Amino acid sequence: MSDAQPVVVVTGISGNLGRMVAKLLHREAKVVGIDRRPFVGRPKDVEHYQVDLRKKKVDEVFRRHPVKAILHMGIMHDPRMSAEDHHSFNIIGTTKVLECAAKYNVKKLVVLSSASVYGPSPDNSNFLSEEAPLMAASRFPSMRDLIEVDMLAHGFLWRHPETETVVLRPVHIIGPTIRNAPSNYLRLKRPWMLLGFDPMVQLIHMEDAARSMLEGLKPGRKGVYNVVGPGEVPLSSVFRELGADPVRMPHLVARRMLETAFKYRMAEFPPEELDHIQFLCMVDGKRWKTETGWEPRYTMKATIRSVLGE
Amino acid sequence: MKVRDRVKRSMRQWTLSMTREDLEERLRSTREPTEYGVDSFGLSVDTILDAMGPVVWLYKHYFRVETKGLEKVPRGRVLLISNHSGQLPLDAAMIAIAMVAEANPPRIIRSMIEKWVPTLPIVSTLFARVGQVVGTPENCRRLLEHEEAILVFPEGVKGISKMFNERYQLQEFGLGFMRLALETKTPIVPVAVIGAEEQAPAFANVKPLAKVLGFPVFPITPTIIPIPLPTKYRISFGEPITFHGRPDDDDAELEKRVMVVKAAIQSMLEQGLKARKAVFW
Repeated sequence: MSDAQPVVVVTGISGNLGRMVAKLLHREAKVVGIDRRPFVGRPKDVEHYQVDLRKKKVDEVFRRHPVKAILHMGIMHDPRMSAEDHHSFNIIGTTKVLECAAKYNVKKLVVLSSASVYGPSPDNSNFLSEEAPLMAASRFPSMRDLIEVDMLAHGFLWRHPETETVVLRPVHIIGPTIRNAPSNYLRLKRPWMLLGFDPMVQLIHMEDAARSMLEGLKPGRKGVYNVVGPGEVPLSSVFRELGADPVRMPHLVARRMLETAFKYRMAEFPPEELDHIQFLCMVDGKRWKTETGWEPRYTMKATIRSVLGE
Repeated sequence: MKVRDRVKRSMRQWTLSMTREDLEERLRSTREPTEYGVDSFGLSVDTILDAMGPVVWLYKHYFRVETKGLEKVPRGRVLLISNHSGQLPLDAAMIAIAMVAEANPPRIIRSMIEKWVPTLPIVSTLFARVGQVVGTPENCRRLLEHEEAILVFPEGVKGISKMFNERYQLQEFGLGFMRLALETKTPIVPVAVIGAEEQAPAFANVKPLAKVLGFPVFPITPTIIPIPLPTKYRISFGEPITFHGRPDDDDAELEKRVMVVKAAIQSMLEQGLKARKAVFW
């Protein structure tokens, strides 16, 4: 039953980023996916377990295969989901993954967090380092479990030195098939901007984000890192590049309207997301860049235009 | 859109005619080119050229600024430390114009703004485009590492809101700038601004009103609200001073070095006051 070849377990493999990671990785290593969703377009050499991360069955994956590494991106952020489900999936799922890493003596663990854990705020420094406090939940409570996931992984890093743990906090991941808040927002024909606000933003192409996950797999990599794409750009320039024509809304009105619209399911963004287009939430990616020689493959222009499916 | 572009072009033309025709090229030559016309902190040379006209006009024709010692400002990273006054931060604007329009090569100075400024619509964006950043030590450190010139008013709010009878008396200096100077090995240039301290003489501070409005002070000036009077500005730049020592030293040790800077500014102020014949010309 057991397979001799060491494998890399990828959680959340059925998502867009997960599939990208699988595509980049499956020729170099034996990939085993865990996701409660089916894996559409699975390469033949990738084995997939369609199980919920919280379930006992997850152990079976580790018993069956000699797992040398885990890429954990089975974390969801869906503001429509009930807070309880959301929290349970992210926290219990992550705890389960960490448990397995320790129990089955996995040598490498790469966890996908996000630069959004710092949270946009008017008093942020322009570039936040990895030591900056994770403040996202203070203005946006449903970010709490993403912060908790980050801190669980961070704690694991210290408690289990025998596992090389890498926590990556990439900036907004966008791409042609990605359906997260930043990509959806950039795809709007008449997006809102807040009148008189044009914050600098950082974006990374999904393929670059996937490459950074693989970079984290290399032996010796260990620690918490911000991951930056091709740089910084004003939000208005992003829309100019996309040929979109933003509607400028006074921020007080916008907040009220979005609150109501979100409540009655006429908008897919919770009002707290407005902070991201009002204030800065940018990070300093120097540590990752100097330690790994990181260079994104996609230019700013190509990254921005990728949301159009080009 | 067309109208907006035309307004921008004529604003820029106005700036160039008041300063020098080649200001744009000179300014661009000092900065790295950027893909979207904005640097990583949000500074845009285009916005600076389009928006600085009115401030240049104030500089040339209203305050008739006279500057001295601009050549003493070293290239590369530098902290400009100045006295602060006048209820409205026009002293900062005038120092900035001096550095852009008269220094050779021109320098775009960055200054540190209060943490509530990013909550203001329009102002937040404009300030970011003309090179201001929120005043955190990390921002300051990073800009110095990028070899930028940073303007700091260690008197802070106590300086800008001082009463008329306290004019040219330096208030307590913060120590933060010295810590950063030692940490990043940045030379300090003391700057004395004469004229701003009389632009909006405040005779009283209505504390209850300030409290209600959430302002640090509510000054009563001859014009009720602090409209600046056309005093003559005289800005002098002193010799750069480089300090040595541990940035994490006791406050008392840092205080000694801060006093050196404060004394330099105070003596420049006194010299300047002695030399001037009148406040308004």
